[in-house]
Amino acid sequence: MQKPPENIIEIRGLWTVFGDFVVHRDLDLDVESGEIISIVGGSGSGKTTLLRQMIGLEQPTRGSVRIFGEPMENADHRQRLEARKRWGMLFQQGALFSALTVFENIALPLRELRTLPEDLISDLVMLKLDMVRLKPSDANKLPSDLSGGMIKRVALARALALEPELLFLDEPTAGLDPESCESFVLLIRALHRALGLTIVMVTHDLDTLFELTTRVAVLADQHVIANAPVKEVIALPHQFVKQFFLGERGQRAMEVLREYPFIV
Amino acid sequence: MPELTPPSLEIEDHDGIISIKAGGIWLVQTLAARGCINGLLSQLTTVSPKAVSPSAVPAREVHWDLSAITRMDHLGAQFFWNFWGKRRPQHLLLGAGEDALFDRLHHLGDVHLPQPAKSRLAFFYAFGKGMFRFLEHVLGFIRLIGQLSLDMIRLLQNPLQGPWREVSAHVFHAGAQALGITALVGFLIGVVLSYLSSQQLRLFGADIYIVNILGMSIIRELGPLLAAILVAGRSGSAITAQLGVMRVTEELDAMLVMGIPHGFRLILPRVLALAVAMPLIVVWTDMMALTGGMLSAMNTLGLSPGFFIDTLPQVVKLPNLWLGEAKGVVFGMLIALTACHFGLRIEPNTTSLGQGTTASVVASITIVIIADAIFAILFKGVGI
Repeated sequence: MQKPPENIIEIRGLWTVFGDFVVHRDLDLDVESGEIISIVGGSGSGKTTLLRQMIGLEQPTRGSVRIFGEPMENADHRQRLEARKRWGMLFQQGALFSALTVFENIALPLRELRTLPEDLISDLVMLKLDMVRLKPSDANKLPSDLSGGMIKRVALARALALEPELLFLDEPTAGLDPESCESFVLLIRALHRALGLTIVMVTHDLDTLFELTTRVAVLADQHVIANAPVKEVIALPHQFVKQFFLGERGQRAMEVLREYPFIV
Repeated sequence: MPELTPPSLEIEDHDGIISIKAGGIWLVQTLAARGCINGLLSQLTTVSPKAVSPSAVPAREVHWDLSAITRMDHLGAQFFWNFWGKRRPQHLLLGAGEDALFDRLHHLGDVHLPQPAKSRLAFFYAFGKGMFRFLEHVLGFIRLIGQLSLDMIRLLQNPLQGPWREVSAHVFHAGAQALGITALVGFLIGVVLSYLSSQQLRLFGADIYIVNILGMSIIRELGPLLAAILVAGRSGSAITAQLGVMRVTEELDAMLVMGIPHGFRLILPRVLALAVAMPLIVVWTDMMALTGGMLSAMNTLGLSPGFFIDTLPQVVKLPNLWLGEAKGVVFGMLIALTACHFGLRIEPNTTSLGQGTTASVVASITIVIIADAIFAILFKGVGI
């Protein structure tokens, strides 16, 4: 399964303005194929907005977002639909359909294609459940019967249902206890390696960041002030970077770096 | 977006050995094209169904060559896997990276969605469950009324500490904001009722009895009932949805933790507010309906408004108005109680919210009509 080595996402000259408030000013960002990029930034720096603009839920005020080399802003409806099949999104709260069982939730994107036979869908769903380390007996449960960690896993399975090349994660470990947080991170890493995914995530959690990312994009002063591996980013003499990585919280998480030296 | 080469199969038959060569791109995007999977399946089965079917006697050798496939994902792999009867065929040539896909499928084994056992007595179980649920509703409603009575006593003991701010907000929402819709509906019903009745009355030359008919029916029956149905649809559904969303967002639990009882702060103000607002809405609806009737009577029968207004108090006795007002109070409380009852029972998911709100409106309208029938029997001698 070879992939073109080009940039999967290219953002050029992006502006986001809410009223008089400029969130992003002339922002550029590239995501290369196969990497795990984390977008970090203070609250209100527009991380989630940027993520939503990438997946086309929001329109930037100005500038271009190219995904898979296709400009999204003047794509027609059909092109957008086609592109949407090539990426998956894991929402912060999971966003599972509460009226559907786990099985139906994961099967939904496949059934929506309306061309796949039901037995193939069923097999694929069970495969996806296994990939996210859930038991077949969980398939008939409703989202309200699941724990927070399981909801994230089901949501991940649903995001992977259409075999995307690109995966967006919005705060993948927010609201999880340390143990399920840890296992979820390991799961994402295993899937990244096994499926050759490109992952773009927004996170506050330094442990997740250090354990997963190959690259960090720091959003501050309405720009991407850095887009580099963690080690280089930490060395930057910027106020936000110092506060974010080298605070007490950062120091503790940094120990992870010593444990997993291969990631940086 | 670059055009993707659709998946293809090349089937050849050499001296009893069937070789199947697959090529193209086997991804969800290409396989999901209309008719693609069925085409591939029929291609595989028409050539030599016996030879490739997994359950058949190993009649002829089949050589699979998947190395020409440019890209494949789990859907493509699963397609082959299912066709092979969930195991690798003897002669198989794979391309780079495809091994891992089939390994994963092999590792998973044969897993099926567990089917819940279905009983033959399912109908009786469902019936029994329905009965118990109804009983539960009745008990819950009785408990709610009991709780409300206790809260009322608490309020009377300490009236200054009551949730008056909430009451006034709900009076505004359920009462003041309902004036427009009740006026419109009341006016139109009055016009229609008056028009239809006057047609019949004219046949008997009993024109002036239009005042009796409109007065009695609107003030005693239609006004309260119309107002109740509109308020049940408007405020009843709003109350249920409000409480339901509070359940979903755990606000109800948060209140309990802070020691704020639901009954006193959520139910009591709503019941009180509707008990205050409903009789006022009833008067308003009565007025509007009578105005509509009066104008219509002037138009069809030539009855002057002055005559209508003069005659009304003589033919409709005062107790009828009090009866209508009492109905308003009772209906308002019933609507609020029903809405709260259903709102508090909503489970934290979207289906339950929808079903609960529907059930709440249907139940409160039904309860209002039942209560109206009871009123009719109890007060059959009053005011006539």
